[in-house]
Amino acid sequence: MEKWSRFNIASVVLGFGFLYLPIVLLVIFSFNESKLVTVWAGFSTKWYTQLWHNQGLLDAAWVTIRVALLSATCATVLGTLAALALVRYTRFRGRVLFSGMVYAPLVMPEVITGLSLLLLFVAIGFDRGFWTITLAHITFTMCFVAVVVQSRLLSFDQSIEEAALDLGATPVTTFFAITLPVIAPAVFSGWILAFTLSLDDLVISSFTTGPGATTLPMKIYSQVRLGVTPEINAICTILIGIVALGVIVASIVTKRREVQREKDERAAFAAIG
Amino acid sequence: MAKLASALVSRLVIIIPYAWLLFFFLIPFFIVFRISLSQTAVAMPPYMPVFDLAGGLSGIMEKLGEFSLDNYVWLTEDVLYFNAYVSSVVIAAISTFLTLLIGYPIAYGMAKAPRSLRPTLLMMVILPFWTSFLIRVYAWIAILKPEGLLNQFLSAVGLIDQPLIILNTNAAIYIGIVYSYLPFMVLPIYSALEKMDHSLTEAAQDLGCTPAAAFWRVTFPLSLPGVVAGCLLVFIPAVGEFVIPDLLGGSETLMIGKTLWSEFNSNRDWPVSSAVAIILLMILVIPIVYFQNIQAKADDEGR
Repeated sequence: MEKWSRFNIASVVLGFGFLYLPIVLLVIFSFNESKLVTVWAGFSTKWYTQLWHNQGLLDAAWVTIRVALLSATCATVLGTLAALALVRYTRFRGRVLFSGMVYAPLVMPEVITGLSLLLLFVAIGFDRGFWTITLAHITFTMCFVAVVVQSRLLSFDQSIEEAALDLGATPVTTFFAITLPVIAPAVFSGWILAFTLSLDDLVISSFTTGPGATTLPMKIYSQVRLGVTPEINAICTILIGIVALGVIVASIVTKRREVQREKDERAAFAAIG
Repeated sequence: MAKLASALVSRLVIIIPYAWLLFFFLIPFFIVFRISLSQTAVAMPPYMPVFDLAGGLSGIMEKLGEFSLDNYVWLTEDVLYFNAYVSSVVIAAISTFLTLLIGYPIAYGMAKAPRSLRPTLLMMVILPFWTSFLIRVYAWIAILKPEGLLNQFLSAVGLIDQPLIILNTNAAIYIGIVYSYLPFMVLPIYSALEKMDHSLTEAAQDLGCTPAAAFWRVTFPLSLPGVVAGCLLVFIPAVGEFVIPDLLGGSETLMIGKTLWSEFNSNRDWPVSSAVAIILLMILVIPIVYFQNIQAKADDEGR
């Protein structure tokens, strides 16, 4: 085994410094007394109290959270189905097109996805607003869910499923009793990923929105264009805090469940053997 | 009966996501294509319909005559669009190369890290990806401004007398893209390197290779699938990037994502923006298909 050389350590430390320093600076300056975000003038939480009285911002946050909750949930169902279709059914008509449609949105520039969805909604005469943003978010986030769940399904021991089917369980029962509990951590992290992608999206939301449906990123974007203010830093800090907390909790939960699951599986095999 | 039900279930597993993607992903492209062939109109929606099924077959034939390539001709006549496409591809290519240059040593260092440390490192690379893209780009404005934190730091250390002008230049766009897309580069390279059998490099060194030669002749070629996947994951979205050139770039920086956005939102010219999108898609279709093939192949290997 090779050693972790000084060069290796330096590149990891510098790389992580590069990744985290801007975020850390942003958080620090959200507590700045002065209106300037580049000159430190003492600690203050006044920008946070000010946020609380900004009704437009609170409304936007509420819209964003509703869109994210709804779209992440639908995207998780659709994405899990798509992953099952890709992994379990290796041969069906149009499979190449299907896998293409699952992978392409992962890299598709957002301006193209946004424009094409908008033109679809206009063509079918769908009133733009909350629902069109939600539908658009379901579409692009379900592909991320599909990829996450698919990688878990690929490492799944299919013989357990087959055993259940042989013992007379229906495919639906087998899915809910065997498959879903095993892939649950992946489905859960797929949901979290879809939720944060939706929370974060600016371009696709801006294309597909209508009157009355302004999301938080759209609000932040319009304020950023006017200049950098500590108030925006404060919103960003709250968002970062929520996401970081969510991700850490999720990773601890999934870690525990995976350990437990592995124990159960081993116990089950021992009992059979 | 049970057989029939299970056949129905397996059908539904495929049909539901398939139908969703057909309707919300594939069909919209045809609509974009259709509108790119129509005329601009001062109305809402601001284009003349090219297809109207209400007119029946004769109506369709009549409308087919109204298809026009005017928008595409317009794009070729205005040098602005051509320049925007070229500079988008160039900026994306340079940024992808820089991301690789920075991302590879990080991935390599992570793969060499003690096994117990790796999950934490992996988690730390993924974490910024979960925080808002917009926020991460925004964070750089305060750093790169002429009176920003970087210039304050550099002049305090005594390295510069005059503030460096970085914000609103292409350099800021490179920094923004490298920063935002770094995890996409690190993750596939890391997973390729982590799977690698270390005895191979040891064998090469035992046979007289210098460590550098062993790296270039054994390690790097073996990590190539990860490198290619990482480069595609960065390059393709970067070509159409809007937020980064808009917030960090200057007014003279042309990128096609920004052009499309302003054509659409400010000029309200939907047919021309559709044509812009179609050409962008044509530029990207080869890398996208290539990316899909790599993904599909990786799945088959994982099976």
